Amino acid sequence: MSDPLIIADRTFTSRLVVGTGKYPSHAVMKAAHEASGTEMVTVAVRRVDLTKRAESLLAWIDTTTIALLPNTAACYTADEAIRTARLAREAGLSNWIKLEVIGDQRTLFPDNEALLEATRVLVSEGFVVLPYTNDDPVACRKLQDAGAAAVMPLGAPIGSGLGIQNPNNLLIIKEQARVPVIVDAGVGTASDAAIAMELGVDGVLMNTAIAGAGDPVAMATAMRHAVIAGRLAFRAGRIERRRYATASSPVEGLVTGRAGRS
Amino acid sequence: MLIQLNGEPHALPGPVTIQELLDSLGIDARTVAVEVNRVVVGRATYSQTTIGVDDEVEIVAFVGGGAPGCAKL
Repeated sequence: MSDPLIIADRTFTSRLVVGTGKYPSHAVMKAAHEASGTEMVTVAVRRVDLTKRAESLLAWIDTTTIALLPNTAACYTADEAIRTARLAREAGLSNWIKLEVIGDQRTLFPDNEALLEATRVLVSEGFVVLPYTNDDPVACRKLQDAGAAAVMPLGAPIGSGLGIQNPNNLLIIKEQARVPVIVDAGVGTASDAAIAMELGVDGVLMNTAIAGAGDPVAMATAMRHAVIAGRLAFRAGRIERRRYATASSPVEGLVTGRAGRS
Repeated sequence: MLIQLNGEPHALPGPVTIQELLDSLGIDARTVAVEVNRVVVGRATYSQTTIGVDDEVEIVAFVGGGAPGCAKL
């Protein structure tokens, strides 16, 4: 059953986007990426350390099968995010950007006003903009109208592992979206990813849930299956919730039943 | 002559091109992006773009990410 995820001009088989931060080692990261089946990973843009020769992250990412999605993590203003995006484009020779404009240090919630402003500027410069945003249907609609190629509402605060806090908002966001909806942040374990996908969103992005797990490679495998399972369940169409039982076995022909009773 | 390189003073014998600066630092131009006075410089023009006194130069690369909290520009 072919069910690709299409964002802008790219087609993905996998609906799982994975980060490259916080792994115990580059080798574990690479193994986790392979186990996850991901076809796109996020990377950050930072000053080169001129005091030591650090190994390039890119040596550990097979860019023939995995696309790079640079982010503007840790940017707190539209200007910082725009500047970082322009550098990322030059460093990666790609115009895709995961746009983050953070509004609060403790929650890492986005500054939606600045996010919208940065989205408009970057779209006008030809970027494919994937903004990280609140689970706010109005914010998502505005970002979409500003030209975002996808909207990426959070499930819960970044790195919190709290799971999907507001499934109803995600349903509304998906219902009104004309671009893909990727749940970005908040996943803690496989069931969280499955729940997100069962809501009908188009994909899930996670970093800490895999990188911070006791066994990142095993968790990456679990996440791969969870995203696939959640997507299949959504497409299959779940049964309605009912307060009382509905028997699965026929009630007719019971050996203890009275003859002729129907 | 002094420039600002990644936020720190950096001494150079005189004006150099970006390519010469990267070479002197042992940096592979294909793995980084360079900004001079807040304007990104296209990789194809590193050999033609000269850095002069007091220029603010940023050299950045991709690092592991997906979670914020690292050092910023």
